[in-house]
Formats: sequence, C-alpha cells, structure tokens
Amino acid sequence: MAQVAVSPTGAAAADAPPAGLERPSFQIVPRAGLPIVGVVLALTIAGIASDKLWPLVFLHVVGGAAWTIIDLFLGFVLGPIMGQLSIPARIEFTTRLMPKMVLIMPTVVTVTLAAGWQLSTHLGTNLTGNPLHGWVVASFVVVGVMAVIALGLLEPANIAVLTELKKPQPNPAVVERLMKRFIYTAGATGLMQIATLVIMTKLSSG
Amino acid sequence: MSDHAQDASEHAQDDALRLPPVTALGMLSLALVLIGGIYLSAHLPEHVPLAPAVALLVASAVVLIGNVLALARVKGFAWGRLFEVGRWALLAYAIIAGMIEYVFLRNHTSGGPLAVLTLSLIVFAVNVPLLIGFTVARYAQD
Repeated sequence: MAQVAVSPTGAAAADAPPAGLERPSFQIVPRAGLPIVGVVLALTIAGIASDKLWPLVFLHVVGGAAWTIIDLFLGFVLGPIMGQLSIPARIEFTTRLMPKMVLIMPTVVTVTLAAGWQLSTHLGTNLTGNPLHGWVVASFVVVGVMAVIALGLLEPANIAVLTELKKPQPNPAVVERLMKRFIYTAGATGLMQIATLVIMTKLSSG
Repeated sequence: MSDHAQDASEHAQDDALRLPPVTALGMLSLALVLIGGIYLSAHLPEHVPLAPAVALLVASAVVLIGNVLALARVKGFAWGRLFEVGRWALLAYAIIAGMIEYVFLRNHTSGGPLAVLTLSLIVFAVNVPLLIGFTVARYAQD
C-alpha cells in the first residue's frame, strides 16, 4: 500500500492539511494482462482467417456477452454502489477495478466487432437483400452511439482518474468529477446494451 | 463537494487556460466518421455511392484538425502529458483500427470503399488518443 495524501472533502478543503489515505500501488495499464490480450487478439485473427462458423460464433458471442454483461453490471450494479462508498473505499476500489477495465473493454469490443463483421459476412446477413439486414444495420447504429460515448467520455475518464490517483497528492475534486463521469457514462452505455440484447436475440432467432 | 462547486471549479480552471471544447469537438468528429463507416458497412460488399461517406470523412477530419489547432493555441497547456499518454493510446487504437481494417481486407474490400474506410479508421485512431491525452493533460501541471 502506498501512502498518499488525499483530502476527503474536495477542493474546498484544498488549503487544509490533507489527510493521509491508504492507496494500493497499481499500474494504469496492468502489464501482466498484455500477453493475455495478445493471445485473444491472435485467436481472433485466426478465427477470422479460418472463416469457419464455430470459431466466429464463439468469438462474437463470448466477446459480445462479456461486453454487454460488464456494461450492464457496471452501469446498474457497481456504479451506484461505488457512488455510495466512502472516499477511501472508492479510491481503493477504483485502483483495483479500473486498470483491469483499461485492458478488458477495448479487447472485448475489438473481438466482438471484428468477429461479428466476419460472421455477418459468412452468414450473408450484411447483404442488403437479406431479410435481417435492417437488424444488422440497427446494431451498427447502437454500437456507433455507444462508441462515441465510451471513447469520448468513458475511456478518457477512466485513464484520467487513474493518472490523477498516481499523483503524490491527487485532487479529490478531479477524482470525484471523473468518477461521476465514468459512472454516468457506464449507465448510458448499459442502457444502450439493452437495445443490443433485443437486436442480437432477434438476429439469432431469425 | 456539490455539483455547482465542482462546475465552478472546473470552469475556473478552463477559463484560466482558456481551453477550447476539445471533448465536444472530438466526440463530434468521432460521430461523423462513425456515421460514414456505418453508411459504408451497411452497403458493403455491394456497390455503394461514396459521396456521403467522403463528405462525412472530410467533415470529421476538418473538425479534428480544427480541434488540434484550437488546442495548439492554448498557452501553458501540459503538452508533455498529452503526448506521454497519447502515444500509448495511439498504439492501442492503431492495433484496434488495424484489426478492423484486416476484416475488411479479408473480405476483399478494395478501391474507393477501402480507401475511405482506411482514412476513416486513421481519423478514428487519432481522435481517441487525442481525447484521452487531453482529458489527462487538462488536470496535469507541467
């Protein structure tokens, strides 16, 4: 555990002597996870190159399920809980959860989209004449909206809050603001994932 | 700390550096290029008129360049921090863009649609690191 000074009451107390709070030492990008990400991406390339149904379904379903479940769980379960935690507990939870999210989310999103496009090509559902084509395009739109929210707000907030917590004297107001942004945007993408579930269940049932 | 006090604190910080709306413009640029990508993807592998996608790509690139130029005029901005974070984010998003490009190549996308998709992916892969680097650097002190 690293000892850092974080004032628990925000910038209004910035001039007051900061109270010492325990903060676990952490890496913003957990290096131990990078080989796992490399293996997953290599398997995705192999699955796409093979153009066989089972690997493509496996990659798309596993990646998509992980993406949807994490978004829903973070947005509607963990997010509200984090909002109610004390500042020290929130900091400790954040430094343990968010570095993992830095690796997990871009990986599952990339696997889902890349394998999904190949699967759609394999099945022919991306052809304009296919009766399910409209549903496929709807999934593009939902993903597009989620991408703008996640890449514009959520991911930068995730990295920025971890960078702030790495400082010898993190600014609690900045941490609180970025965490709030993270939780709200996770909730928004969680809502969008409900649309994804509707579309994907329709596509899989024909 | 109340939301009002937080907003006031952040606005005071932005005013001190006169920061342009980098996040909003970055999200607009991302949205434009993603709409173009969705338009193309919705038609591929069949013939697709490129004009709407090209227009959206150009608009997205113009917003991106304008965003960078507006930020470049800010004196005292923590550019070192932006580049430090942005280069690793660029590496990550170049890999992600490369994976998506690979899928299109695997399915024999070529010619105009491939060129527009490739340029769109480049704009995407530059935009995200800019947004991440900016969000980190705005709270940094060089």
